[in-house]
Amino acid sequence: MSTVKPNYTRALDIKNGRVDMSHGSGGRAMAQLITELFAVAFDNEYLAQGNDGALLPSASGRLVMATDSHVVSPLFFAGGDIGCLSVHGTINDVAVMGATPLYLSAGFILEEGFPLADLKRIVESMAKASREAGVPVVTGDTKVVEQGKGDGVFITTTGVGVLREGVHLSGDLARPGDKILLSGTIGDHGMAILSQREGLTFSAPIVSDTAALHGLIAAMLDSGAKLRVLRDPTRGGLATTLNEIAKQSGVGMMLQESAIKVNQPVEAACEFLGLDPLYVANEGKLIAICAPEDAPRLLEVMRAHPLGAAASVIGEVLEDAHGFVQMTTKLGGRRVVDWLAGEQLPRIC
Amino acid sequence: MKYVDEFRDGELAKNISTNIAREADPERNYRLMEFCGGHTHAISRYGIADLLPSNVRMIHGPGCPVCVLPIGRVDQAIRLAREHNVILCTYADTVRVPASDNLSLMRAKAKGADVRMIYSTQDALKIARDNPGREVVFLAIGFETTTPPTAVAVKQAAAEGLKNFSILCDHVLTPAAMHAILAVEGGVAIDGFVGPAHVSTVIGSKPYEPFADDYGKPVVIAGFEPLDVMQAILMLVRQVNDGRAAVENEFTRAVTREGNLKAQELVAEVFELRDVFEWRGLGSVPNSALKLRPKYAAFDAELKFKVDYVAVPDNKACECAAILRGQKRPQECKIFGTVCTPENPVGSCMVSSEGACAAHYSYGRFRETA
Repeated sequence: MSTVKPNYTRALDIKNGRVDMSHGSGGRAMAQLITELFAVAFDNEYLAQGNDGALLPSASGRLVMATDSHVVSPLFFAGGDIGCLSVHGTINDVAVMGATPLYLSAGFILEEGFPLADLKRIVESMAKASREAGVPVVTGDTKVVEQGKGDGVFITTTGVGVLREGVHLSGDLARPGDKILLSGTIGDHGMAILSQREGLTFSAPIVSDTAALHGLIAAMLDSGAKLRVLRDPTRGGLATTLNEIAKQSGVGMMLQESAIKVNQPVEAACEFLGLDPLYVANEGKLIAICAPEDAPRLLEVMRAHPLGAAASVIGEVLEDAHGFVQMTTKLGGRRVVDWLAGEQLPRIC
Repeated sequence: MKYVDEFRDGELAKNISTNIAREADPERNYRLMEFCGGHTHAISRYGIADLLPSNVRMIHGPGCPVCVLPIGRVDQAIRLAREHNVILCTYADTVRVPASDNLSLMRAKAKGADVRMIYSTQDALKIARDNPGREVVFLAIGFETTTPPTAVAVKQAAAEGLKNFSILCDHVLTPAAMHAILAVEGGVAIDGFVGPAHVSTVIGSKPYEPFADDYGKPVVIAGFEPLDVMQAILMLVRQVNDGRAAVENEFTRAVTREGNLKAQELVAEVFELRDVFEWRGLGSVPNSALKLRPKYAAFDAELKFKVDYVAVPDNKACECAAILRGQKRPQECKIFGTVCTPENPVGSCMVSSEGACAAHYSYGRFRETA
């Protein structure tokens, strides 16, 4: 008679272990990884169902769904990591539609040889971000690719939310005369990544702004201001996002450079590397376009929220058949703020 | 931000702008060429044209290293990467310059060539050290500013005995290009030059003296900040008004008459003049570029891999040549903004943000619609 306890498996060696091909093969090793790592971290009643999909209660209202893949390099950076970034990014995509985010799914592509300790750190960071946001990860998937065919870990998250009653936000709703508001400084995330990658050190470290914006957005929607467009200026930065809106709405824009805030270390790093912060990615900022009469009220609500404390009105929507986004420079001249050509920084989110 | 905001101050800009407007003679035109792409970029990015009276016009010169690289030179690099299986390293914008067969270094990379973007010649050396089994070639481009770091890398490689490292030398010289612009028969429609900033920190202000003495053109060396450029424009307007032609230095915080002697010595030790070099836009210009001295021949990729330079004519519709000489404006080119855009550049002036066409496209094209 064996003395081994029934159903006994040796616990995962998180400290020294590494991802191997068996962790994606569907067998015991994969089940163990899921149970001991993912299920423990994300712990919620839907994930606990343990089925191929999560069975969710019915929601009243129209649904919003968004997905986002994350391939950031390095995986850990000042102010965050790929884990919390993958939660914030998708929550923000759902929230800027005017929806309350409810659930997330997470797909992991792991590279053979990836340290389990790093994976644990990432998963726990994700779980913390999801708990803080009140949006559980209810289903997921894990695949393993051979060494050299991935870059540690890639994470795809999908979010589902329910649209708030009476809210209609869309990139094609900006009208001439509308005001353009920005929730804070620009370029923090992109420069945090780049300065770490290039080994640049500044007297004050550059910290990513990665954050979930649904709380700020809820406050903005509650204010009753006539919001037309909400967007989070991620890849391509503020300039690219404004150009997208201008194109969708068939309008032009005039920005005031003096109203656009850039943290000093970010500005210094941009100067140093010859980059324009207007094109550098953000992960915790939003652009709001609203009716001109509501701008003061909206600005007040934004500034009252910690994630909008540095909000400002940065410009105005204009009638312009060419769809140019222009800017009055601090020097007093004018310039076009064009689409990003080529790639300013690779693999930032 | 300290040391930056002071040079971008809107109030000071307004003062200089008022002075330029007051001192510029409304009866005449001031056609001023900024030689450097860095100045072109500053003028466009800060909207300096809006602060100048309509009779003071800036003409964008050929001082963008990526823009003056002829197709044949990029072809050479692509051949090295594709046919000789080298790791080809170069500065970022260079990888987008259009070459023959609808290729660029970036497209060659997508087809499997090992092309790497680097920030510094030290990165290229590191790649060579880390890959002893591979040949590593640094495509060395640029004016006098980027030449000293290349010289350092070559000397280091020689000292270390790094046998798998070599350079494809496309370093060019500013004064030679200015001569080529001015030596046109019948003269050129340029009343003065905003002289280079970074280049002048290396070569000093002395090499520009012939342009004032022999050609009678005022030169004001200026920094790359917008107030530097505006102050230089005011100084040029004053010289033109006085009928003077002198080399003046606005950028005294960084430029002396003699320049950086240590860098000059270093460059002279490693490089010598090429008899002739073909520039995009300016054609073949004698004594306008550098090659490695025989002492460093082992690091010359042209000799090592026997890749000869083959001249290739520019696209017929492309006006880069006339634009680089200041004879045409970007918007006067038929394919500007239609066939040729920063996403799909046909001519090299559309590649780098310092190129006249890309700068105008990205920052200034609303002016044509006004």
